[in-house]
Parts: sequence; structure tokens; C-alpha cells
Amino acid sequence: MTPATTSTTAPAITVSGLRKSFGDNVVLRGVDLTVQRGEIFALLGANGAGKTTTINVLSTLLRPDAGTATVAGHDVAADAPAVRRTISLTGQFAAVDEILTGRENLELVARLRRVPEPRRVATGLLERFGLTEAADRRSGTYSGGMKRRLDIAMSLVGAPSVVVLDEPTTGLDPQGRLEVWATIRDLADAGTTILLTTQYLDEAEALAHRIAILHGGTIIANGTLAELTALFPPTTVEYVEKKPTLEEIFLAITGSETRES
Amino acid sequence: MFHDTTALTGRLMKQITRSPDTIITVAITPLALFLLFRYVFGGAIAGSGGANYTNYLLPGILLITVASGVAYTALRLYNDRTKGINARLATMPIARSAVLWSHVLTSLVSNLVTAVIIVAAAFAMGLHPHASVGGWLGFVGVLVLFTLTLTWLAVIPGLTASSMEGASAFSYPLIFLPFLSSAFVPTDTMPGPVRWFAQHQPITSVVESMRLFLDGRAPGDDLWVALAWLVGLGALAYALAVRIDRRAHA
Repeated sequence: MTPATTSTTAPAITVSGLRKSFGDNVVLRGVDLTVQRGEIFALLGANGAGKTTTINVLSTLLRPDAGTATVAGHDVAADAPAVRRTISLTGQFAAVDEILTGRENLELVARLRRVPEPRRVATGLLERFGLTEAADRRSGTYSGGMKRRLDIAMSLVGAPSVVVLDEPTTGLDPQGRLEVWATIRDLADAGTTILLTTQYLDEAEALAHRIAILHGGTIIANGTLAELTALFPPTTVEYVEKKPTLEEIFLAITGSETRES
Repeated sequence: MFHDTTALTGRLMKQITRSPDTIITVAITPLALFLLFRYVFGGAIAGSGGANYTNYLLPGILLITVASGVAYTALRLYNDRTKGINARLATMPIARSAVLWSHVLTSLVSNLVTAVIIVAAAFAMGLHPHASVGGWLGFVGVLVLFTLTLTWLAVIPGLTASSMEGASAFSYPLIFLPFLSSAFVPTDTMPGPVRWFAQHQPITSVVESMRLFLDGRAPGDDLWVALAWLVGLGALAYALAVRIDRRAHA
């Protein structure tokens, strides 16, 4: 299979009037958003705001009740196979086979995506994610950050043009979190479109080009960090003594290397 | 579809070969039952009629083996579902049916490996088959069909259970069912209602078919009844499992 043909003009993701209920529980009440090619877009919201539901629709896991969604110009309901060739989802839990080694996990995905030379592709990704030394160990023995990196690496097999990450740093220690942030920045630098969900404000602030706030099943704010900041009254300048954050202290005393292997 | 099923079956077979204790664990209880019936109860049950009780027991022991073995299919599916592996596969451009078939084929292979261990033990315990090549094919064919049917049944709790215990609990009644059949003793001496149940439940016809194949005789009606039960239940379980799977990701 060749990568899906994509028209060069369509945005990476469009969502319009998306509605979804589970029984009586209305989760999405008309979500609209557009993600441009090559940007990091953060969907910010509390637990239960509908972030996962939105991206499950985008990755063809759920059918919407109403509204439309497209990925690289392909409609998720009408042309799911084309969407699946374009998009790649990294879910909330590291979906790696813990009995297989890191390399075997990657080669399996490569075979399923019919990528030529699975072994070479796996070797490349292992290296890129700092997992070369751990390549032939069962992934069940990996640390949380390493599992997450393997998980993301598995999503990148076949070079999908749109990568969706559902709460990529939830449950990681500060070290693992920084590792994942670095990975996401590298991906964006290479031209991949990234849609990520997060409940952490600082994560959206640190990574995203644009941020949408999902609340109660609709987007209540959408724009660049500067645009969102402009919605608030002008800042007043005050003198505040800067104390190091606990995270900075933690990282300082536990060592500064950001990649383990 | 074939390509995807092969790749995914390869993954599951690696899980099994890396924890061979699974196959041994599955074999131990049926082997213990086999020894118990053959050497503790066997004398009293078989009497001095001279009939080979090992021959008589083997089919029922194999069915118990399969009934406990398929619980692992439910567990593996439960794990894949709760760890997000099924969701990951559902977002990939692969054949939808390949995921479930990979679990079913893995179950078939691992159960047949366990069955070989049981048959080897049976030979050590004085198994004396009279089956021709055709008879053995029939014997294995019924066992394969029985395994497929039970595995598709196991897929359902694997896809729906909300706990690990729940995923495997379905196999207990299946393991118990052979005791209420002609697997260990003839049904003639059972009291009325129990005898009626034993004579009309699927295990009896399956056991009788396998036993007749093993003795080098043609199973006749028992075989047709067994095939009707297995194909009917298997098709029902398959349809239900596929439907549940579609619902989960649609």
C-alpha cells in the first residue's frame, strides 16, 4: 500500500458541528476546529470534556452522531481506510505488546502497514527514540517514559502525515514528560502535523502553536497563545521574588540527562 | 486479510512460546483427572470386563483440556482490549477480521499442542487405538471443530468482560459439562433427568464420535448430531463475536 494521496490544499484536520452522545450522556455538542498542516495543535480540557471522544472520531474508532470530520481531505465516515493510512493515534495508555521486544513491536506495525524493509524501519526508529540499547529487551521491562517513546515510535511507522496524541504525558514522571515533549517538537520540526490533547496548561503553553479549549462539549476558545492571552485584561507589572518550582528542584537534584536507555 | 492474520498470529504465538508454562498449566489438570479416573476410579468403573478404559477416557479428557485452554484466548483478548492494543489495530489500515482470526488460530495451534501431550500420556497409560488413517483424521477433525467452536465462544467474554476473572469464568461450566455426559461413565446408570440431559447435550455426541473413530468404527448418527451442534453453536458464536467487535469500533 502506498501512503494515502492527499490534496495539498486541504487542512490536516477539519471538524465541523461534531456531536456525539453515549446513551443520555451528551459528550460533544457541536465541536468545530481546523488544524493546519505542520502545526502542533493542543486540545485543552478537563477530564470528561470530550477530548478523547473527539480524537476517537478523527481516528475512525467512533462514528459521530452528527457533523463531519476530515483528515487530509478524507471524510472519516465515508472514507475510513484512507483516513487510517494518513493518521496515526497514540492512545492514552501505551499500547505496546509487553511480551514482545521493542524491535518486534515496531516490526509488527511495519508489516501491518506494509512498509518495505520492516527491520530497517525499526532500527531507524529505535535509534531516533534512544531505544537502541533496549531494542531486544521485552518492552514490559521498560520504564514509563521508554514505553511511551516506543508507543509514539510505533505510531510513526510508515510516516503518517497526521499524528494524534491523547494525553501523551499523563502518568509520566517529570523526566519522561520532558522526553516526550522533545519528541513532539522533533516531529513537528520534520513537518508532521500534531494534534494532542492535554489537561495540563503548561504543556499546551510549552508545545502548541495553537490551542483550543474544549469545555462542556464545545470549543469555548481557539487561537494562538498570544490571541488567548489577549482575551484577558492587560497584565499589570508587579515585582515578585522568583522561587524555583518544585519541578525545577526535582530535575536539578535528580540529574539533568533527559534520555535514559 | 491473509497477510494481516499471519502477522498478528505470529505476535500471539510469540507470547505463547515465551511463556510455555501456559501450555503446561493447561495440560496439568486434565492429566491429573486422566490419572485419577484411570488408576483410582478405573478399576471400579471398568470392572473386569476387559474394555480398555484409557481408550474410553481419552476423548472426554481432550475436551476438558480444550475447555480450559480456550480461557486463555478470552484472557489474551481482554488484555489486548484493556491495554489499547485493539484500539491501535482498529485505527490501522488492516483487515478488520484479521484481529479476531489471529486469536482463534493461536488458540487452535496451542490447544492442539496440548492435545498432543495428552495423547502421548495416554499411550503411556495403555492407549490401544484401532483407528485407521481415516479414523485418526476424523478424530482430529472433530477435535479441531470443537476447539474452533469453543474458541469463538471464548471471544465473546474476551470482548465484553469488565474484569480478568469475568473473562475466564465462562470456561468453568464448559469444563464441568463433560462430567454430565458419557465422557467418563456410560449414561445408562444415571437417574432419569440427569440421564436425559447427558444423552441430549452436545458433549455426549462429540465424545461418542471421537470414541468410535478411535476404535476404528464408523460413528454414524452420533457424528451428524455432533457436527450439527458444533457448526450451529460455532456459527452463532462467530456471528455474535463479529457483531460485538464491530460495535466496539464503529
